[in-house]
Amino acid sequence: MKDAFGLPQSLLVLGGTSGIALATARRLIARRTRTVWLAGRPSPALESAAAELRTLGADVHTVAFDALDPGSHETVLGKVFAEGDVDTVLLAFGVLGDQAHDERDPAAAVRVAQTNYTGAVSAGLVAARALQTQGHGSLVVLSSVAGERARRSNFIYGSSKAGLDAFAQGLGDALHGTGVHVMVVRPGFVRTKMTAGLPEAPLATTPEAVATAVELGLRRRSETVWVPGVLRVVMSALRHAPRGLFRRLPV
Amino acid sequence: MPAETTTAITAETVSVTGWGRTAPSVARLVRPRTYAEAVSAVRECGPRGGIPRGLGRAYGDAAQNAGGAVIDLTGLDRIHVIDAGDGSVLCDAGVSLHRLMEVLLPLGWFVPVTPGTRYVTVGGAIGADVHGKNHHVSGSFTRHVLSFELLTADGTIRTVEQGTDLFDATAGGLGLTGVVLTARIRLQPVGTSLMSVDTERAADLDDLLARLTAGDQRYRYSVAWIDLLARGAATGRAVLTRGEHAPLDALPARARRTPLVFRPPRLPAVPAFLPSGLLTRTTVGLFNELWYRGAPRARTGELQSLAAFFHPLDGVPHWNRVYGRDGFVQYQFVVGHGREETLRRIVRRVSARRCPSFLAVLKRFGDADPGWLSFPRPGWTLALDIPAGLPGLGAFLDELDEEVAGAGGRVYLAKDSRLRPDLLTAMYPRLDDFRALRAELDPRGVFMSDLARRLNLQESP
Repeated sequence: MKDAFGLPQSLLVLGGTSGIALATARRLIARRTRTVWLAGRPSPALESAAAELRTLGADVHTVAFDALDPGSHETVLGKVFAEGDVDTVLLAFGVLGDQAHDERDPAAAVRVAQTNYTGAVSAGLVAARALQTQGHGSLVVLSSVAGERARRSNFIYGSSKAGLDAFAQGLGDALHGTGVHVMVVRPGFVRTKMTAGLPEAPLATTPEAVATAVELGLRRRSETVWVPGVLRVVMSALRHAPRGLFRRLPV
Repeated sequence: MPAETTTAITAETVSVTGWGRTAPSVARLVRPRTYAEAVSAVRECGPRGGIPRGLGRAYGDAAQNAGGAVIDLTGLDRIHVIDAGDGSVLCDAGVSLHRLMEVLLPLGWFVPVTPGTRYVTVGGAIGADVHGKNHHVSGSFTRHVLSFELLTADGTIRTVEQGTDLFDATAGGLGLTGVVLTARIRLQPVGTSLMSVDTERAADLDDLLARLTAGDQRYRYSVAWIDLLARGAATGRAVLTRGEHAPLDALPARARRTPLVFRPPRLPAVPAFLPSGLLTRTTVGLFNELWYRGAPRARTGELQSLAAFFHPLDGVPHWNRVYGRDGFVQYQFVVGHGREETLRRIVRRVSARRCPSFLAVLKRFGDADPGWLSFPRPGWTLALDIPAGLPGLGAFLDELDEEVAGAGGRVYLAKDSRLRPDLLTAMYPRLDDFRALRAELDPRGVFMSDLARRLNLQESP
């Protein structure tokens, strides 16, 4: 059960090896979280993430979960919710893809879209229904500023996040009044293993900063969180930039 | 009891919070109007159980039940029998203390214990085992409850007498043993509806503790309002108000004609959508300063109305909205006699942190009460309100918990919305008995609340 400050006692991470998700889990464990479910494709990385969180004192379980297999989501997540209330679900899986390569390999591009968008639609709906039955809980969806306006340099990833973002906003409105809170988190460039080796964008941030913003958002029951906050203004300007100008911008 | 019927009970799905307006959760609100409806409400709670609720004055999540049923008892509000000779009343659990005062005062009787608000139900007063300014003399509310009828998880109604295990588990049991339907309460005789109040100022915390220790036994009612924003030498400065029910001959001639009149004034309600952040260090500090300076250094025998003495905040409906949408947390703890050093340290820490907390309340408790989860125990209790949006507040209160638990003290569960569950056993030694009784009485966990889930009150860890 969450406390007066919106801090969860149990956390389900979809995408259990995500750097942002693990930073968030570490932060929440330091406060109140005792039970953590890390859902992801079985891998040594998933197990070592679980082991690391266990050293912080949490009771950590791993769950085999594949975003690309929506048919299994109901069963896999159903088992987690059957074990007890989940106060916060962090939907954190996603792939960046390789824009240049994916443009020439439509099958690879579709995998990005299926992971980031359709996989999230499926998992998001399954989690939302379970939370609604509980009558409480937060669904935190990791979107991206890349979804705010698609850019030449990563529009495959960007379009998938745009779809996810719109989905999560709509889901939040659909769940208004049910006790379930949906929070869309839009980080800018975050230094994680997903972005390793990429040229850093302006206003780059860290997983820890995103985790801090998530904790604050949970307390305030925010619906949209930008990290860093100034991106809200920056992206608002970029969103309204004319196409001809936007194309030429070095973003 | 009327025979069981199959009348449909009105139920609606609503978002529920406590008085502190934090951590809302959605539940089916059921409002039974008869005992039979209450029985079917309990039988039809569903897989996530149900929890009784009165007037919603518990600050935290004690009367919330996410995804389940919240059974609103305010529809059961009849006063059955008043014994004006002997001084006892038999009434439904949904009757408020306000209503009891309206009915009983003209007869020369008063409720035995009243908390800082009279807008609590009898059922709520039992479930939280509330205390008042007379705790050092009279103990908590349930000490004056002779017996009650309890609707338990199996749908049966039991008469529970004082002194039994089920009574002691239900006293302060936060509605988790069942739904109290009616209660028989012993009353306090009064000659008038006015209070004779002595007020004095204490310059700092040590002065305050000394005055409370020395003088409390001379008064039935005693409390200190403490300014937690004062720093330095003034840390813990306070205004003590202590009093008695005024005897008839203390009243001026005019008032003597209607000595038992009870007409508490009500101001307009606080508007619903005030922004958070009105209560800052500056505004609260100013308020506390004016209020301390405005209090008399020493005054005796002042006549005050019951409402002004016991329930000053009840005059402002929805005063909890002042904290805006972020809501607030009330932190109340008790530490034993001889643990004054812990109390001093906590007061210093709150004061050093400059929490915008207005009018914290310090009181000296008397003997412990028999309820297994009853809060009072002999010693010092401090209650403070803090805006929930204050940065770092959660971690700060966790540190205070450590101090309190380390000194063998406890925090008040009916006010709690954020305690770490693992400290609970140390604070409430009878917790295992409570869990065991629940496991036997309610094996399926029909009675369930957000607080019970958060603090894991339902099972052995």
